[in-house]
Amino acid sequence: MPNRIKSIVSGPGLFFTGLGLVALYAPFMTLAANRIVAGEGVPVWDVAGPEAVIPGFAGLLAGLALGLPAAWQVLRLTGAMIGIAALIWLLMEGSTSLLEGAGTYARVSLGSGFWCLLAILLLLAADALSSLSPGPKMRGALLAVAIVVSAMVLWSGVLTDLSIFREYASRQDAFFNAAWRHLGLAFGSLVVAAAIGFPLGVYCHRNKSLRSAVLPVLSFLQTIPSLAMFGIMIPLLAWVSSAIPGARELGVVGIGFLPAFLALVIYSLLPVVANTVAGLEATPIVTLDAARGMGMTRHQRLIQIQLPLGLPVMLAGLRIVLVQNIGLAVIAGLIGGGGFGTFVFQGLNQTATDLILLGALPTVILALISAITMDILVELARPNKMRHG
Amino acid sequence: MIEIDNITKVYDGRPAVDAVSMTIESATITAIVGTSGSGKSTLLRMVNRLVEPTSGQVRINGEPTAGLPKNALRRRIGYAIQGHGLFPHHTVARNIGAVPRLLGWDKDKIYTRVNELLDLFSMPPDEFRDRYPAELSGGQQQRVGVARALASRPDLLLMDEPFGALDPIIRTRAQTDLHRIQRTLGSTILLVTHDMEEAIQLGDQVAVMDQGQLVQHGTPAEIITNPATEFVAEMVGGVDRPLRLLSLLSVSQILEEGAAEGEPIDEEASLREALSVCLWSGRNAVPVERNGNPIGRVTLEAIRSRAEGIHEPS
Repeated sequence: MPNRIKSIVSGPGLFFTGLGLVALYAPFMTLAANRIVAGEGVPVWDVAGPEAVIPGFAGLLAGLALGLPAAWQVLRLTGAMIGIAALIWLLMEGSTSLLEGAGTYARVSLGSGFWCLLAILLLLAADALSSLSPGPKMRGALLAVAIVVSAMVLWSGVLTDLSIFREYASRQDAFFNAAWRHLGLAFGSLVVAAAIGFPLGVYCHRNKSLRSAVLPVLSFLQTIPSLAMFGIMIPLLAWVSSAIPGARELGVVGIGFLPAFLALVIYSLLPVVANTVAGLEATPIVTLDAARGMGMTRHQRLIQIQLPLGLPVMLAGLRIVLVQNIGLAVIAGLIGGGGFGTFVFQGLNQTATDLILLGALPTVILALISAITMDILVELARPNKMRHG
Repeated sequence: MIEIDNITKVYDGRPAVDAVSMTIESATITAIVGTSGSGKSTLLRMVNRLVEPTSGQVRINGEPTAGLPKNALRRRIGYAIQGHGLFPHHTVARNIGAVPRLLGWDKDKIYTRVNELLDLFSMPPDEFRDRYPAELSGGQQQRVGVARALASRPDLLLMDEPFGALDPIIRTRAQTDLHRIQRTLGSTILLVTHDMEEAIQLGDQVAVMDQGQLVQHGTPAEIITNPATEFVAEMVGGVDRPLRLLSLLSVSQILEEGAAEGEPIDEEASLREALSVCLWSGRNAVPVERNGNPIGRVTLEAIRSRAEGIHEPS
């Protein structure tokens, strides 16, 4: 009998649903008198009147229950979506109703119950998706749909009463500046690191003694704690700016964008160079011997054989760099480099949790989108038919 | 004609190939056979300068290879190796067209040539052109590897253990195919193998190498009947020698008048096959046919005397 139950009920589904039921008891939202003080937790059934809570609660229960069956993955995915829709509905109704008569400065924030339920529903969706194992194109389409739907929810204004959106509303311009700066730091350093790292990787592949000199140095740089690295850049660039005439006019100064950018480039070099070397070495020896024996020049072997065969490994290096830099760029906020880190550190100084979230959440989402996109690219770069063979 | 003239390769003070000279006639197969470490692969790789000789020279149709740019030389010489070395990210057609593309042939010419070769190797172009190596069987991959080596109609085809990765049944078929194709195209082939059986089957000439030196170079029959050293005798294999010898001769060579009972055998079959048929069916004579018509018979007695006759040359 237990075996039969096992084949009907999904193991992870049972686990997540159980956790979800417990999470229903945790405070779903918090209500505070202003943006600084700690809020008071409100359970999910108290966030609004019964006419709003009952459908929302039912949606959550349905979403969790649909996660149980082992066989119907599409149903489980749909269930997770229903659950997430119910979360948004409860937030929407809850923020309006809790703020009613609570005073001008009152704030409603997201409670631990909400975060747990969101995480559980996303894990359920991920579990169902991984069982469906969609191809790279399908994954790209799903990602695009998820981004468009989320953007529509955010732009529709239904959540503007939440504290984090109040924080956003009062610094809209700064938010977009920070977003551009953050993207500039993460992607710009990626481009520069790739421009330096790919050729360096090719030379390291060809020259064993260069490799044994370069890789340990890059590994050492990688071990420097990020705060220290950003710190080192300040006096270093300040010295350059004062010692070399014309440097200051070119924008070389101790704090701001440039030192943060340089630190990120330095961190990026090891994954790029190491994965380039590994990628070039992925070509089977007999394949290279055949290429040499048929009269391909070294350049032709590199372009026609080694690069295409090593591309997935090299792209995997770029994926590491991109996700790492999106996270590290937060630290740039400390040395005036801008980016989402600015809000995180402002929020820490003011003990304003929702301001911290305004910096942290976009960073996490950006890293997630980048990771999924890069995974899709890595898969597309696999030479045809080698995926199965 | 390929002349290898007093060629030596020294690694760390020890000669891997030691003053080897031999001549390979056009449109023949020469099989270099030896144990691993005998220097046979190094010798082969010095012909297309994947390994640069320490001294000595190789001449192709009288022209010393040392004077040619390496890559230009290699594009004139076909190269097929164990484990085929096909490009996994290119289709069959692109793999076969690799050298013609390096030589700058135009697209139509490459297209036609690829189809020609696929037909020659009994792989219908429509079915195989657009496949990837991972979608082929081991035998098919090996055939594509040889087709690729032949694509630009090279002066010489070098093969390093080309059938080493194949299982015995497919290997026999591949050897037969190679023999047929070599006769059809008139290719000059220098082939390296550790398998004396293969060398005897394929080679018009067999060169035996031991510890970097060429110890004997001659026709398969000479190697079997007159091994120059203990080592060659050991390679030829004492017990199997008469059978190996018989496998070199065809039924037509000892055909006699008269009739015999039972299933006939083709005149192109080897005496070894004829012997096997006699023993298996318990007959003293087997009818011989040409294109399905009876032309005579072969007797057990004649096979026996033939095996003896060459075994102890006067």
